[in-house]
Amino acid sequence: MTVATRSPDRFSIAGRDYQSRLLVGTGKYKDLDETAAAIEASGAEIVTVAVRRTNIGQSPNEPNVLDVLPPSRYTILPNTAGCYDVDSAVRTCRLARELLDGHNLVKLEVLGDEKTLFPDVVATISAAEELIKDGFEVMVYTNDDPIIAKRLEEIGCCAVMPLAAPIGSGLGIRNRLNILTIVENASVPVLVDAGVGTASDAAIAMELGCDGVLMNTAIAAAKDPVLMASAMRKGIEAGREAYLAGRMPAKRYASASSPIEGTFF
Amino acid sequence: MQIIVNGTPTDVPERLSMSGLIEQLGLSDRRLAVEVNRELVPRSQFPEHELRTGDSVEIIHAVGGG
Repeated sequence: MTVATRSPDRFSIAGRDYQSRLLVGTGKYKDLDETAAAIEASGAEIVTVAVRRTNIGQSPNEPNVLDVLPPSRYTILPNTAGCYDVDSAVRTCRLARELLDGHNLVKLEVLGDEKTLFPDVVATISAAEELIKDGFEVMVYTNDDPIIAKRLEEIGCCAVMPLAAPIGSGLGIRNRLNILTIVENASVPVLVDAGVGTASDAAIAMELGCDGVLMNTAIAAAKDPVLMASAMRKGIEAGREAYLAGRMPAKRYASASSPIEGTFF
Repeated sequence: MQIIVNGTPTDVPERLSMSGLIEQLGLSDRRLAVEVNRELVPRSQFPEHELRTGDSVEIIHAVGGG
């Protein structure tokens, strides 16, 4: 089947179809103009935001991230970044749902340690259970542990998002075989979340069969974030197409590409 | 009476409603969400929600994040 005639390659999260498999964060940009330009270049349809205290008495007319990324155009994915316990993660999600007029899709992360920002998987499971009971659709950040990933799916998370490497580290996918095993076992979308550094990392995640990649620092901390956003979009698309195409088997020795027959020398 | 707003002790009139507090802070047209004493207060309840001495109010909004 040619690329032109193939049916659209969409993926679905919580009952909604998306074309872009690149999900992006909105943190660490120079300003909101750069945020908007990079996200436009990334082609992302799902964007994460954090939930924090309003600045009281300071520039009340200051533009908000949702002014440049309107919920009418983007699926806003509020996160629980900075939460180290079940209670603060659940409160954050309830506030976010109110903030977004009842929109119930959230990115759950319950962290265990400030140095590594690795997830506290025990608290993550408890928080996910509580949120699902309360009607949330939970996309969950977790370790690259296939057993925990499956458990999170079984309790009802709508997407499982293993880290590639520590948040903001840019180290790339440290444990490809675990990501592969998580993908093989899963019947909900698997997205690599955190640790991607450059476009080839995103392509590798997609070649492993992930449904998508969520990233922030890899774009925001590039010298030219808008150009890197475009590179990431292409990396995701290239990796996805390579996965669908099915790569050739790797072999140790050479195999000539030109015919052996018909040589005249 | 004194309440706590986003961690800061704040003097407000007795029996101030949540709508009144939001207006007083100049946040009336902002997209925000509110907790009082760790419990969510839906926007629809702002007009009738009366604040009490010592209440701890959190007013939050969306910011860039990953």
